[in-house]
Amino acid sequence: MKALIVGVGRVGSAVAARLRSEGWEVVVIDESEEALGRLGPNWPGEFHLGHGMDTSVLERAGIADADAFVASTDGDNTNIVVAQVAKQRYEVPVVAARILDPARADFYSGRGFDVVSPTKTAIGALSESVLSAGRD
Amino acid sequence: MFVVVAGGGKIGVSVTRTLLALGHELAVVEQEQSRYERLEEEFQHRAILGDATEIFVLEQAGLGRPPDILVAVTGDDEDNIVICQLAREKYGVPKVIARVNDPRNEPHFDLLNISPTVSATSMVLALVEHEVPQHELVHLLELRKENLEIVEVEIKNGSAAAGKRVEDLHLPHTARLISVVREGRAEIAVGSTELLAGDQVLAILEPGSEDDLKSVLLSR
Repeated sequence: MKALIVGVGRVGSAVAARLRSEGWEVVVIDESEEALGRLGPNWPGEFHLGHGMDTSVLERAGIADADAFVASTDGDNTNIVVAQVAKQRYEVPVVAARILDPARADFYSGRGFDVVSPTKTAIGALSESVLSAGRD
Repeated sequence: MFVVVAGGGKIGVSVTRTLLALGHELAVVEQEQSRYERLEEEFQHRAILGDATEIFVLEQAGLGRPPDILVAVTGDDEDNIVICQLAREKYGVPKVIARVNDPRNEPHFDLLNISPTVSATSMVLALVEHEVPQHELVHLLELRKENLEIVEVEIKNGSAAAGKRVEDLHLPHTARLISVVREGRAEIAVGSTELLAGDQVLAILEPGSEDDLKSVLLSR
């Protein structure tokens, strides 16, 4: 199984390592060489330098035969657009995008790709920890 | 009309200024503080500070009414796409117009059905192509939705089409001539129009038939 990950910050690099350890072939794309450092010195997978909006980069990274696609750059709108491109143009079976803004996360959910919103998760968890203390 | 402009750079400012002068109602959204201050000086309450991809900012700009037209002209193609999707699908804005900053992103706008788009780079390139001497076939207009394009071809001295009538040309089925410009005067191309060397011919065709058209009009 092959996964493409666009945006290799704290989140993307950890997802890459996790998928790798589960036996996936992982190809990563990032705009900066520094991202390669986050993957550690023994990163065995492919790394492509470039922007996720650039279809020539996506195609070089092998999006045509990817089983999964993760959009985890630090830009919500970049993630939103590249996730739609991966789903609609390249028909990648599983697509997931990180969207920090809860409003945009709601708007883009239910469109054929998974929306992951760390902000919404934090809002829920923080509220819940306070409220559950209040219930004791 | 009520128009919302997302992005208060040079294009956004000019569009706002021009439409205001024509008596339209405007709101212009800009996220950078210093630019916003200049906008506020000129446009007062019509300037809105904030990121136009944030829903609460769009609502401040009046998207909920909704506007008749939304113009997305920020310097970021991702942002312009998201702004147009929100405007159209969340607020039912009937018409969106987007700026494409990097022509390589144009297929993304097409994929997500955002049209019309305006790309300064593509327009400049088309004009440059137009000015290059001995150009063979110049792309003037792409009607991407309709899958047609309008091109210009100059009939050369010694080309087989020179001296022929349009009806005798054996044009490909995917192409038709529109008009002929000769010595600065244009006429509609009909079957009996005779082509001469030096004529500038406008043609409409399906993308991909350029070579067939060129071989009919330009081969010797």
